[in-house]
Amino acid sequence: MVKRIFKMCPEFEDVMPEEYKQLVEDGPYGREKGVTDLGSFKELIEEHPLCAGCGLALSLRLIIASIPVPEDTIIVGSTGCSSLLFPQVAIQNIHSIFGNQNAVATGLKRAMKLRFPDKTKDVVVIAGDGATADIGLGMVMQSWFRREHITTIMLDNEAYANTGGQESGMSYEKKVLNMAPTGKKFPKICLPEVAREAGCDYVATVSPGKPKRVQNAVRQAVLTAREVGPSYIQIYSPCPTNYKFKSNQTNAVAKEREKEGTYRMVEYVSDKARDYFKQFKGEEKHAKCN
Amino acid sequence: MSNQQVLNPDALFCNTEKQDMFITGSEAVKEAIKRSNVDMAISYPITPQSESMHLVGDLYAQGYLKDYLRGENELAVMSEVAGASMGGVRVFTATGGPGTLRAFEMFSTWSGARLPIVCAFMTRGLNSPLTIQPDNIEMAHILDTGMIILHAENAQDLYDMLLKAFIVAEKPDVHIPVGVFADGFFVTHTRDRVRIDPESVKLPPYDPYSAPVPVIDMENVPVRLMRDPFVMKSNFISYAAHASWQQEIMAAAMRSRKYLDKYLEGLMDIHNEKAKVMVVASGTAVSQSREAVERAKNEGMDVGLIKIKCLRPFPVEKIKAALENVKTVIIPEFNRVGWLYREIKSVLQKDMEVIGAPRVFGGMTMPAELILDEIRRCQNG
Repeated sequence: MVKRIFKMCPEFEDVMPEEYKQLVEDGPYGREKGVTDLGSFKELIEEHPLCAGCGLALSLRLIIASIPVPEDTIIVGSTGCSSLLFPQVAIQNIHSIFGNQNAVATGLKRAMKLRFPDKTKDVVVIAGDGATADIGLGMVMQSWFRREHITTIMLDNEAYANTGGQESGMSYEKKVLNMAPTGKKFPKICLPEVAREAGCDYVATVSPGKPKRVQNAVRQAVLTAREVGPSYIQIYSPCPTNYKFKSNQTNAVAKEREKEGTYRMVEYVSDKARDYFKQFKGEEKHAKCN
Repeated sequence: MSNQQVLNPDALFCNTEKQDMFITGSEAVKEAIKRSNVDMAISYPITPQSESMHLVGDLYAQGYLKDYLRGENELAVMSEVAGASMGGVRVFTATGGPGTLRAFEMFSTWSGARLPIVCAFMTRGLNSPLTIQPDNIEMAHILDTGMIILHAENAQDLYDMLLKAFIVAEKPDVHIPVGVFADGFFVTHTRDRVRIDPESVKLPPYDPYSAPVPVIDMENVPVRLMRDPFVMKSNFISYAAHASWQQEIMAAAMRSRKYLDKYLEGLMDIHNEKAKVMVVASGTAVSQSREAVERAKNEGMDVGLIKIKCLRPFPVEKIKAALENVKTVIIPEFNRVGWLYREIKSVLQKDMEVIGAPRVFGGMTMPAELILDEIRRCQNG
């Protein structure tokens, strides 16, 4: 982003929306801000229409705050609950159709490379579990096989939530949901392992219960996509509306599943990515370097 | 290639010293793309389109394009070009037949997002049963996706329409996708004489900042920007927003007419406009119709011919005017459903004999005799 275009004309300052003024004066562009600074700067998400206690909203707040260089990042989303939040995000983003997010990101990332050869533009895909593991799986995996330099983040609420709580491939076995009236008949898709085998150089599963881990994962994933190869993060984002728990229990549910071992937190780092990270050892906020 | 000279479109289309080449339709695609200053092309194999995108791949290897890849299926390819186009580069792809239908959700998505993508469609029959033979039934499906739809009669049309498609698609007051259709095999796999511009010239590059919608590159304000935001609430403002957006896409197509009129020299051609019997056709059916009309003339019958070059926007008023005093209209087509027949019927106000025949499909060719038979029949009747 050319910073000078993101400032207000003095003559219009008094009529600019408050929210815009705050973004210009106190937003995170070009500044060292992360999840531990939340509450002390103007965040890139301005309100949102998601349910009370929504795991996606919580996850997205942490992800967006963790993005290393928001002023030169573009997000590609997909259809679902999360897409209702994206118009509120002050990072330019694309919604195309349900499930084609990694294909759109492929074209976009390559276009950015052609148009800005001397600059890094990070392309981050953020989509739900249905978009990533079901309808879009082919395009997701093909982008990994092709070693596209994009980060894929799945917001895993283990259901098609926006359409009313149907079973997805990421729902766990035996769970009764709409379209699974007698319980799901096959296990949760092991996408982190699929991602590792499909060539992702950095893979991590995280949950919003541990914000710093989310931040580290996002920064390492974006860094990997910049210089090494594709990366994948799966963030468990429990859904109070469709899994029917109280809206103040979201983090507790995430922690409980991790504790009982039904949501495994893993991290797979390829040798190439590990070597690449070494050079940043000791450097605080390394992923900010652009 | 970087040593090609950029010419403004009018100079390139009108003033260059053209030379004749004896080439296939697929090669005509290559020659057009070579001069179109395309940044990126994305391919996926399907007969009868594949060869054209092989040849575009060769152009990439020679340095005429900056990026080229084989995608994983047609829906993905159309998504990949959409991402690239939103990112502000000039893109090209091609498909046909089942590939067109596989990709279908993206065509109206392109139009709605106002992406100036140019896609060549080499038509073929649709399943089931599977066929790889010539047929243009897919055009019946695609007419109302919001795209500009051009239909090439031969390799020359294909070359000209592709080059011009980029310029029309990217006009700020148009800025919607253009599909250039050619009947597969008949155009793609046969050789024809084509007048070609010199190799040393190319179109000016695409300027994404001239677009009527913001390019997604995080270089332009406003920053809080989604392409394209949802209007899915259950309230009147949402309905009105979606309705007016669709109307704007239609209006953009209508605004393309002035450019298409200029560059294609009209959305349709009329031959022997005073005739009482008129054959109306598009694509390769025009060639057989031309032959039939010529033979009818030799037999002493007075028959005219209208060649429709542009299906969207459809030249409604021009067709009405051209058919005003005509007694019988004959519409030969390479498909089962007769989509051109339906289109023509829909614009004719007065009661007039409209013959939706001959129709050949399933891969068959259309002998001029079949059209001649229809002409004779209405002369006798």
